[in-house]
Amino acid sequence: MERGGDLLLEVRNLQTQFKTSSGVVRAVDGVSWDVRTGETVALVGESGCGKSVSALSIMRLVSAPAGRIVGGEILFKGRDLLKLTDADMRHVRGREIGMIFQEPMTSLNPVLTVGRQLTEPPEIHLGMTPEQSRARAIELLGMVGISDPERRLQQYPHQFSGGMRQRMMIAMAMTCSPSLILADEPTTALDVTIQAQILELMKGLSRKMGVAMVMITHNLGVVARYADRVNVMYAGRIVERATAAEIYANPRHPYTLGLLRSVPRLDEPRRAKLLPIQGQPPDLSHLPPGCAFQPRCQFAIERCLRESPGLAPVTAGHVSACWVSSELGQGTTA
Amino acid sequence: MSAPAPARQGRPGEEPPRSDDILVVRNLSKHFEVSGGFLGGRRGVVKAVDDISFSIRRGETLGLVGESGCGKTTTGRCVLQLETPTSGSILFEGKDLSAATPAELRAVRRKMQVIFQDPYSSLNPRMTVGQIIAEPLAVHGIVTERVAREARVRELLGHAGLLPAMARRYPHELSGGQRQRVGIARALAMEPTLIVCDEPVSALDVSIQAQIINLLEELQSDFGLTYLFVAHDLSVVRHISDRVAVMYLGKIVELTDRQSLYEDPQHPYTKALLSAVPIPDPAVELLRERTVLGGEVPSPLNPPAGCVFHPRCPIAVDECKAAVPELRAVRPGHLAACIRV
Repeated sequence: MERGGDLLLEVRNLQTQFKTSSGVVRAVDGVSWDVRTGETVALVGESGCGKSVSALSIMRLVSAPAGRIVGGEILFKGRDLLKLTDADMRHVRGREIGMIFQEPMTSLNPVLTVGRQLTEPPEIHLGMTPEQSRARAIELLGMVGISDPERRLQQYPHQFSGGMRQRMMIAMAMTCSPSLILADEPTTALDVTIQAQILELMKGLSRKMGVAMVMITHNLGVVARYADRVNVMYAGRIVERATAAEIYANPRHPYTLGLLRSVPRLDEPRRAKLLPIQGQPPDLSHLPPGCAFQPRCQFAIERCLRESPGLAPVTAGHVSACWVSSELGQGTTA
Repeated sequence: MSAPAPARQGRPGEEPPRSDDILVVRNLSKHFEVSGGFLGGRRGVVKAVDDISFSIRRGETLGLVGESGCGKTTTGRCVLQLETPTSGSILFEGKDLSAATPAELRAVRRKMQVIFQDPYSSLNPRMTVGQIIAEPLAVHGIVTERVAREARVRELLGHAGLLPAMARRYPHELSGGQRQRVGIARALAMEPTLIVCDEPVSALDVSIQAQIINLLEELQSDFGLTYLFVAHDLSVVRHISDRVAVMYLGKIVELTDRQSLYEDPQHPYTKALLSAVPIPDPAVELLRERTVLGGEVPSPLNPPAGCVFHPRCPIAVDECKAAVPELRAVRPGHLAACIRV
């Protein structure tokens, strides 16, 4: 698949931890991944796998003092974001990296008009005059498919429907023409028909403007259609990475395989029984020794109990953190 | 497999009565009055459920799908008698619930149970799992003796795939999937015949959803349960349902058996819904044609005239704006509310 251009974002050995009453939780535990310019990269996993904390870490929005980035580097256009001053970081947040959250209502300001929320960032970051920023806001609302933008600018977020609020979030993320957008479950709160609209819109904008996108989701279907490369996360680590085409056709981690098998698919004949992943999601404050997925893994061998596997190449551009990944290659994708 | 119903004559949009129907819903409407507008004052009526009819056979699963605000949850709540219908009738095991005495209703409530979407908010955080499951047994006087009740709780936990030791835990100590299992055990305690499952897996992680769906299917065959399965996930609904009703803005727009609905959908809304479901396979997605519906679901306070779907419909014609289409048999056993099919 298309691999995008130069390296835009490089996360190296990122470690983010939270102090809780039951001990230190390693929400993100030594994770490395990257994004090239113009590319869409997915972080996929279930609740608590560390995908959202990864995004918050990039924005340095992990809530202190409980949460802390304890190690690693986040290189954005070659600069380590973790070493920037707060003022410089604010500039990166507003101007260079946009963010779209799952629940637009909680991330929009309810007492400011839509217009004000869209015009403030370009005035602050790009030094636009109010007239310029207003013209920009009208252009953006039109671009995300909100009709009658002049009137809409006067309104407040509560006067927008869920789908329109998410469009507005996208417009806000685009205001300063960032080179990267982090989208954290951007369509999970929306209905399927609206979800399809928003995803098509995001993909179209990203192509047209050459914006790279990090898509954080639990929905394997969304990823299949919209991502170039996929990182699968489990218990704070990346367990598999490949191009979208490769990971679906040739999954080499038992967790990825389990996820793909457990969802009923509309394009396939209905199965008599679903094939769930057994057991419960991991408790991050009490992870087992060895591989974190081992208690739920049907392929586990003795070594998995003792040693945690690192990411190792399977084929070109495809890595998996599993001691038996080479054995998963044949006839397992049925 | 549900055999297609024999060709029938009846009022349009109404399925003929069947002898083994456990639930028959006829012309059900539920309207809510709301104070309208930013400044209060004007009042409006939301027709959350607007003249719908369906029935469920004993042992069958009827899937009720649609997007948020389509009225699927309100329909479930009316069936459970948690809402008083504005009009229409609900017959459960042959008895018209609107005419039932309070004592009769109490008995009916035992036989109709519910499993909610969010297991956390539907479990009392200050009670242990054992107490949560034992409470209805005591309240309804089903198992009056304490030791016997504890034994029954252990048995119910087992049915739901939980270990007996779970009885001493509190809801916050459990994972989402385990909590949903507790909700299922509590529903089973009443030995119900009909369970309304309201989005029972949509709050759960993907890897856990399949566990719960398999459990619901096992329990159905073990105990002969009937399900009204309310959900928005079309893939899950296809997996579990024998027949499926699709709702849009308070109305049923299509109702048929599973196979016909998914392989030969008739209503343009059903077609659009099915094409909007992403499929976890890039190779398939690449080749798929997709009808992305324009616009949004209109406000139920001010629904469009005529067919409520016409503003978003890719095949709408002028007549669609004029009259509300009847739900009619477009072929035996396949009902759709569209004049274009």
